[in-house]
Amino acid sequence: MNESLERLTGLLRKEALQILRDPSALAIAFVLPAMLLIIFGYGVTLDPHRVALAVVVEQPDAVTHSFVAQLRGTPYFTTESFSTIQSADRAFDADRVSAIVWFRSDFTRRLASRGAAPLGIIVNGVDANTARLIEGYLQQTWANWLAMRSRERGLPAGLPIDLEPRIRFNPAVRSRDYLVPGLIAIVMTLTGALLTALVIAREWERGTLEALMVTRATIREILLAKLVPYFLLGMGGMVATLVLAVWLFGVPFHGSLLVLTGVSALFLLAALGMGLLISSVARNQFVAGQIAIIVTFLPAFILSGFVFDIGSMPWPIRLLTHVVAARYFVATLQSLFLAGDIWSVILPNALALAVMAFVFLGAARLRARKRLD
Amino acid sequence: MWQAVLALIVKELLAVLKDPRSRMVLIVPPLIQLIVFGYAATFDLNRVPIAVYNQDHSQPSRDLVARFLGSRVFTQTAVIRTARQITPLLDARKVDLVVSIDPRFTRDLLTHRPAPVQLIVDGRDSNTALIILGYANSIITQFGLNWMRGHGAPAPPALLDIRARYNPTLNSQWFIVPGIIAVLTQVVTLLVVGLSVAREREAGTFDQLLVTPFTQGEILLGKGLPGLLIGGVEASVIILAAVFWFDVPLRGSLLALYLGLFLFVAAVIGIGLMISSLAVTQQQALLGAFLFMVPSIVLSGFATPIANMPPVIQELTWLNPMRHILIIVRGTFLEGSGVHAFVPEYLALAATAALSLLAAGWLFRKRAY
Repeated sequence: MNESLERLTGLLRKEALQILRDPSALAIAFVLPAMLLIIFGYGVTLDPHRVALAVVVEQPDAVTHSFVAQLRGTPYFTTESFSTIQSADRAFDADRVSAIVWFRSDFTRRLASRGAAPLGIIVNGVDANTARLIEGYLQQTWANWLAMRSRERGLPAGLPIDLEPRIRFNPAVRSRDYLVPGLIAIVMTLTGALLTALVIAREWERGTLEALMVTRATIREILLAKLVPYFLLGMGGMVATLVLAVWLFGVPFHGSLLVLTGVSALFLLAALGMGLLISSVARNQFVAGQIAIIVTFLPAFILSGFVFDIGSMPWPIRLLTHVVAARYFVATLQSLFLAGDIWSVILPNALALAVMAFVFLGAARLRARKRLD
Repeated sequence: MWQAVLALIVKELLAVLKDPRSRMVLIVPPLIQLIVFGYAATFDLNRVPIAVYNQDHSQPSRDLVARFLGSRVFTQTAVIRTARQITPLLDARKVDLVVSIDPRFTRDLLTHRPAPVQLIVDGRDSNTALIILGYANSIITQFGLNWMRGHGAPAPPALLDIRARYNPTLNSQWFIVPGIIAVLTQVVTLLVVGLSVAREREAGTFDQLLVTPFTQGEILLGKGLPGLLIGGVEASVIILAAVFWFDVPLRGSLLALYLGLFLFVAAVIGIGLMISSLAVTQQQALLGAFLFMVPSIVLSGFATPIANMPPVIQELTWLNPMRHILIIVRGTFLEGSGVHAFVPEYLALAATAALSLLAAGWLFRKRAY
């Protein structure tokens, strides 16, 4: 046993030195995560603000003026005035404005006589998500304007329903607050699966793994010595991301660190298992890199609920997301950061992660034999 | 000279296409990405799980609930009987939205007071939350307008008449799928070109190439043109898939689209050759390609609008070839634009291509000896 422990420390030392000396390993472990975090933290937001609106008022008067003032009063819009729809159309086609609000010349007359005066809204539908959000903002502004108008005249409220929306967990609806926690899953996928797959595939390519096999070290020791340093690197990436998320980007963290550490460790074990498995299947850096990107990195991005809602995907793809480890991790992360230790979310997801870690590590262990083929 | 370059091109193509593994890399991953992106990368919502807490057991509130359940967007997965059930359902992410109808709902409706309805949304995914609120809002507005019409109340003074131009049903696929043309063309071209020199360096055949009578310009051409060929084929296949499989309308001119793609692929080849000549091993080349690809996709407007980014980053995106090609691809597909609409984009892409190819030539010379 003592001898085994000695061998293990020796192997661990070798792996650690190898990581520290290889600039590309350090780049994947530290540069890439830092870059991702900064790009996502600063560059990616789904919340439109200061949307450029073209306001066409064919016949300005007090009514159109009060509506335009309402538009300007919200943080969502910046307005540019036009007197004809043609000139607004040109700005729209040149992408200078994202939507047009069009008061036709008979707007106030119809409003005063029969009501239900149509207010024309044209949104650029190319970016469907943004278009939908802009529509929502405009609808809200319209409802507020109606309510204000009837209040001023002492009439019953504009619409018969008093809507009270409440957004739990993220009342300011900042998309950054849900994107940045998900990034931990991406960063740990990079170190756990991509880096491990690449580095071990390189050892296969160079034959250094075969050199290890002729030593007295057992396959269990060799695998363990490979796993431990990358496990530590991955956990380091998690801590760094957490610190940056909370201190730099001001994302709230309502959960407990203990739970976060536990769930992260489970996810990392699953990712390491996948990395090991990929490298032993591919045994070639180029192919290992490709497979790792396709089966770990891209799914962590697209199929995990990190950006896109899983429930809305077509059923074959929804089924597929169940074998994506990042899916369970992202769900837990979003809850831990924004809601707290919610056991009804944590327990089933942690269980799924534990099963996946067991399966992938087991498969990697089974495939790794001391043999040369 | 052209004969020599042609021979090099044939050699490069053979090197890429003869190896079954690298052939697979050109065909399988783009196909998987096309399907996954095309179907999974959508912001449209459907079957959102909701729960209704109807404390007002009368016809009007049941009508309102029916409107929610009749919509394609929502499905009811739980019925709430007491207020205590709300929090656990939302916390466990069993439902994304709780519609809570106040006991005074019908009474207030009939007495012309604003009838209270509460919408409680899970904000952990804030984009989904906003879209859910938008849908719920329009359902309730429609219900309100209907009620006013049916009960002789005067119509509200003004109504919104909303139209979405270029994409009337606001289908996200029309936005994402044309973007995939740009993304996949970049990925494939960058991998082919970026790894070609590094692979030869690793194998030691690069030195052999240098002692042949080829000039450096010819070697560069021989390395770059296969990328143009492969990138062009890849782009065409995805364009066909976008039009015939995903049914995205291609309304503008093909000439404008292909001129843009040509300049874009040239720029990507320049960048790929730069990476290739800087990298010593394939792993470094792969990493370099990855380090370039991630920010170029994230900061291109592919999934999240550039207009939402901070001003400094918005300025930076001008350097990103992907930003320009996305404008061209979406413009030709959805807006039906022609060549004249994209002059600034063409110029930017041509400048990037010229600069990166020159830089690659210079690095090449520096690194060759």
